[in-house]
Amino acid sequence: MTTISKVRYSRRSLLKTGGAALAASALPAPMVWGQETKNITLRQFGTGVSNLNEVGQKVKEELGFTLEMTALDSDSVTQRAATQPDSFDIADIEYWICKKVWPTGNLQAMDTSKIANYDKIVGIFKDGKLTPESEIAQGTAPHTVGFVPEQGATTFADEPTQWMTLIPTIYNADTLGIRPDLIGRPINNWSELLNPEFKGKASILDISSIGIMDMAMVCESMGEIQYGDKGNMTREEIDATFAIFTEAKQNGQFRAFWKTFDESVNLMSSGEVVIQSMWSPAITAVKSRGIDCVYQPLEEGYRSWGGGIGLSKSLSGMELDAAYEYINWYLSGWVGGFLMRQGYYSAVPETSKEHMSENEWGYWFEGKEATGEITSPFGDVLAQAGEIRDGGSFYDRMGSVACWNAVMDENQYMVRKWNEFISS
Amino acid sequence: MTAETDTPTASSAAPAARVGRRLPAAMVAWLQAAPLALVLGAFLVLPIIMIVIVSFWGATEYSIYPAFQFDNYQFLFGSPVTYKVFFNTFKYALITWAATLLIGFTVAYFLAFHVRSLTWQVALFLLCTIPFWTSNIIRMISWIPFLGRNGIANSTLISWGVIDEPLEWLLFSDFSVILAFVHLYTLFMVVPIFNTMMRIDRSLIEASYDAGATGWQTLWHVIVPLTKPGIMIGTIFVITLVMGDFITVRFMSGSQSANVGRLISNDIGLLQYPSAAATAVVLLITVLLVIGILLRFVNIRKEL
Repeated sequence: MTTISKVRYSRRSLLKTGGAALAASALPAPMVWGQETKNITLRQFGTGVSNLNEVGQKVKEELGFTLEMTALDSDSVTQRAATQPDSFDIADIEYWICKKVWPTGNLQAMDTSKIANYDKIVGIFKDGKLTPESEIAQGTAPHTVGFVPEQGATTFADEPTQWMTLIPTIYNADTLGIRPDLIGRPINNWSELLNPEFKGKASILDISSIGIMDMAMVCESMGEIQYGDKGNMTREEIDATFAIFTEAKQNGQFRAFWKTFDESVNLMSSGEVVIQSMWSPAITAVKSRGIDCVYQPLEEGYRSWGGGIGLSKSLSGMELDAAYEYINWYLSGWVGGFLMRQGYYSAVPETSKEHMSENEWGYWFEGKEATGEITSPFGDVLAQAGEIRDGGSFYDRMGSVACWNAVMDENQYMVRKWNEFISS
Repeated sequence: MTAETDTPTASSAAPAARVGRRLPAAMVAWLQAAPLALVLGAFLVLPIIMIVIVSFWGATEYSIYPAFQFDNYQFLFGSPVTYKVFFNTFKYALITWAATLLIGFTVAYFLAFHVRSLTWQVALFLLCTIPFWTSNIIRMISWIPFLGRNGIANSTLISWGVIDEPLEWLLFSDFSVILAFVHLYTLFMVVPIFNTMMRIDRSLIEASYDAGATGWQTLWHVIVPLTKPGIMIGTIFVITLVMGDFITVRFMSGSQSANVGRLISNDIGLLQYPSAAATAVVLLITVLLVIGILLRFVNIRKEL
């Protein structure tokens, strides 16, 4: 049953993108720029989340140049950014990847004075504080790797400077997904993932760098381990974390582990799993099949992630100008609206507001009751009138981030332990 | 072959003109073997040599660097997980082999000895291959909704009153992994066994019955020994396929079990190419040893 609905789902989205591509080729791009700009091609690569064909088509329409997009998994993205600077112009990477890649000197810093909406970028990406009272979460918080002291520097600046490493594009707060209809009681803590009540009905994702953070949230919530910094664990902390999870695995706590988006959707919608680590669009996919699924806000807070675009060091001249043009366009609202209507957040929310209806803005950003049907940019109905977003408003959700996706000093050790955990 | 037979005819037609250009016989043989040798050399031998070389290299988080160190092997043999995973790999291979052999032999026997007309034999044989018209992955994944907690198997058993609660071990367990393997690879056993059985001289079976042997005695003392080469070829197929697999184990165990293939694929995913290469070398040697032992039992070339 799962497979059938999965196939239908992907075929439908395929038809839609196909249709959009057809529409785009039927309507030629207006000649707002000169002939020279029209010949410019910028090569962007990154993880699948924000590498959307719709964005490429809109760039062609509004800016005139071509944006070639390549989607890879985060490990390949890291490798390519670190080892092949000439193979791309724009890197769409996550902040923890930036921490790994920046020291190689393959990216160039961006001059904030050329970024029109720089002042409107949310505080998380500048001084790290969403509001002046916010506490900064653990892990690789974006602002810690967001600036360098000067062009060409390979170490990060402690405070905002004129030189930005990545322009933030997309971010969100992740938590556990649950099936309220099959659980039948409130879930409020990360520790519930290992609750024996859900024996054989829990799952966690098999991507080490993210999975370890979810594990840490669980262990801390259980009161078993107090971490110095969940984003940068010591070997002892890593060992202790895996000891707890290996024991749970051997006791049959987990039904399966998932590695791809589709797997997480199928596990949840088939009822094999009732509680698991999940990504926001996967919840949306389960819901669009008419199955009750909640992205449960938890007392300990969220595990958050953020991505941004960086420029290759080999970019110069007219291509560099085009890249700045692209960045300014990216922050000017259309993309933000497109992303926010899927449940992500934009770095400059106020410009996105103009590209969303009042109902959409109220539902996605302000956490208000929907006044009408909420649909995704692809036409799927996600919520009915009267419903509110899980976790509430932007400030409620991003204000309670407990840690950011991170890369640890002991990463290689952790990866080996992860492999052992999977095989144990 | 053709070149060798052509050359004498051509030279006899015009002996004087061709003598100077005539290639020595040894050279002709080398030339005939060259295309295959080149293809195998470039696409099989070189990559394997490369893998062996890389297995001694070192790796950082996002790059690999040339070196000659034994770190990868040291870590591999030093970790208890490795032995566990190799044990798992052999376990899957052995159980799958036994199951596919039993089913494959039975099916082939039925096709070869019970179906009398050649048309029906061919038709039924083609029927066996129908599942192969879809992709490997689809055939495997289609088990998931069937075996799931709320799947067809469980709901049927519950409605029959055989069980009260869904059986959890049907999916994401060793059972489902082996079930998928058997489903995927039984045909590799059927084909070679059927092929050898078809070539058994029927008069041998008649002779066996005439000599007073029962059906079982004929099966065990006449048919099985004569089918050995087919069984052995099927065995080699199944063992190498199962030992080299990673995707079936990943999907059908819900990522919860590992075999050597998954160890390698995890390493590649994490950009640890040297460590993946070292594991691959050890796996290659293991599989070659197994095949070497198998070939001790039957001389395939002699009996084909």
